[in-house]
Amino acid sequence: MLRQASAPSWSSEFAVEAKDLVKDFGEKRAVDGVSLTVPAGTIFGLLGPNGAGKTTALRMLLGIIDPSSGERCVLGHTRPLEAASSIGYLPEERGLYPSMTAREAIAFLGALRGMPLSAARRGADTLFEENGLSDWAKKPIRTLSKGMAQTVQLLGTLVHDPRLIILDEPFSGLDPMNQGKLERIIRNRAADGVTVIFSTHVIAHAERLCERIAIIAAGKVAFEGRVDEARSRLRQIVRLRTRESEGPWRSALPQSARSENGEWIFELPDSGPEPLLKALMDGGAGIESLSIERPGLHEAFVAIAGAAAAEAMGDPELGE
Amino acid sequence: MNRTRAAFVIARRDFTATVLSKTFFFFLLGPLFPLLLGSVFGGIGARVASQTAQPVVAVVMNPQEYAALAQARHRLADAAGEDSVVRLAFYAKETDADAQVKRLLQSSHPPIRAVLTGWFGDPKLIGDVRFDSAVERQLQLMLRSSLVPEFPAPKIDVVRTAPAAGSMARDRATTAQLGQMFLFFLTILLAGMLLSQMIEEKSNKIIEVIAAAVPIDAMFLGKLFAMLGACLLGLLVWGSVGVGAAAFLSGGHLGAIPAPAVGWPGFFTLGVIYFSMNYLLLGALFLGIGAQASTAREVQILSMPVTFAQVLIFGLAAVAVGAPNTPGAIAGAIFPLSSPLVMLARAAEEPELWTHGLALAWQVLWVGIILAVGAHLFRRRILQSGPAGGFWRRRKAS
Repeated sequence: MLRQASAPSWSSEFAVEAKDLVKDFGEKRAVDGVSLTVPAGTIFGLLGPNGAGKTTALRMLLGIIDPSSGERCVLGHTRPLEAASSIGYLPEERGLYPSMTAREAIAFLGALRGMPLSAARRGADTLFEENGLSDWAKKPIRTLSKGMAQTVQLLGTLVHDPRLIILDEPFSGLDPMNQGKLERIIRNRAADGVTVIFSTHVIAHAERLCERIAIIAAGKVAFEGRVDEARSRLRQIVRLRTRESEGPWRSALPQSARSENGEWIFELPDSGPEPLLKALMDGGAGIESLSIERPGLHEAFVAIAGAAAAEAMGDPELGE
Repeated sequence: MNRTRAAFVIARRDFTATVLSKTFFFFLLGPLFPLLLGSVFGGIGARVASQTAQPVVAVVMNPQEYAALAQARHRLADAAGEDSVVRLAFYAKETDADAQVKRLLQSSHPPIRAVLTGWFGDPKLIGDVRFDSAVERQLQLMLRSSLVPEFPAPKIDVVRTAPAAGSMARDRATTAQLGQMFLFFLTILLAGMLLSQMIEEKSNKIIEVIAAAVPIDAMFLGKLFAMLGACLLGLLVWGSVGVGAAAFLSGGHLGAIPAPAVGWPGFFTLGVIYFSMNYLLLGALFLGIGAQASTAREVQILSMPVTFAQVLIFGLAAVAVGAPNTPGAIAGAIFPLSSPLVMLARAAEEPELWTHGLALAWQVLWVGIILAVGAHLFRRRILQSGPAGGFWRRRKAS
């Protein structure tokens, strides 16, 4: 007998909420109980290694596919297609009709999102002008380079002024200059109160742009929160350079300490920096330099995603 | 955005892309090629036939006898048609009769098949003429008519009546059959295109953008109506050219096809409507089947069984011709895929219109059902949306 789940309550402060989303493709579970909350007006990064389930999670949020179980609420709609006119979506695998001109392609994408065709054409013209791309307007898509076509599709994602923009791996395939342009577009839209969700496996973009992130690994959310919260999950790293290579001070270093290019690197012990410093000085280490650093998002991502993947595979060593 | 508007956006894009493409020009020209070739080769054939079909018989007699013979031929041609009667050509007698006959039989301008010599009391036909052939019998008639004095015949008083019921039913069955065949051939030629309608979207990945913006069934509906629009445009062009050509070739007198029971305007209107419904019904099915195929090759492989299925449907519909109220005909009208063919035949044979309203409502319902099933299967099997496994598997699991 099917059980009737109690309807979840949704909050209006979140542009997107997902509760226990599960997606099975045959015997394979691609997404395993993902829950997310994306506050309205924020830039939200969905991080994860390839095959982690990011795209499947986004496709469920967009209503392209229905979940095997679980619920989602997008801009106040539990059926995301009902909010389609307020959503812009750039898929990972870009696709446009090759015979269309760039202007018509953008206008078509606008019309798909509920704009009258004439307004969508005007919107396309405005976007071309704003981005200094007016000479692209009449070019057929098939004559554009991959990067140019990707830019056209991005403009098509924005032409209807969506309240929620979902970008799946938006930076892949773009040169550094266009990556910078895209970062500016994302920031500008967010400044106007638009919620932006993008998936990536390139941590630098998430670190620069995102207010909140979720790290997905093996189909599960391994972490959700602010970037600094993710970084604070890891212990601080000590980098120590000494004049003496051996001496009683060595017993002050944790067993996991490793030496790289004459520098000792280890996690700050639970007791904190003061006992460590005292032991080094008393042991005659001859401290040349000592720095205590908070790990970057990259290290946090590797640690969190790695641990989650290892847990999913039942191998705790992989996560260490 | 509601489904209708979403379907309209898809239909507008597809219609424009189809009609404004260079290939659509060739699509329009396609059916005209056979007509063009037919008329060219038909013209040549007619010219050749005019030279060879009706044999020429050279008449080597005295001029008075030839004149009487020519008069008799004229009377015969007046009743039977000019092209049905052997042609005659007069040649004066020469001194060497054998040499003259030999020379005439070698003539190709005009192409002389035989030579009639002698006189009315002792005529002789020499040449390539089979025993008791039409040429011989016609010459026999002409000779008799030339010899027997002509008496004036009384004029026949013709009383015209409405066609007898039996004759009208048979004539209308002919119209029903012609209408049904025309509808079948148009649909078999045009609906197959819908098998490959989703290939472009799937291969260039734009399906992802569309599926995120509009319901899949709206996309199916839009694609279906876009292709129907393109086909109707094609029909308009071909119809105009066809009617114009037929009027030109027949000198304004189109062939006498028996009038259908609902009258020509009604039959023509119902023909367009039933073509549209037939296209939508089969097209919705083909779109749904084609959407399951992942490559153009798979679509090509599907084409043959789909064509045979159409022939089977035509076979089912053909049962209704000449017997519109039999259980077979009613079953054909109820079975959605043969319903338009059967109902068009019915329009030729039965005058009442309410059955057409009922049938059209039924067909529209089935277009919706087939589209919805196709869209559902596309979401489940291609997009892999919803719970994993089929209904029974989920039921078992629960």
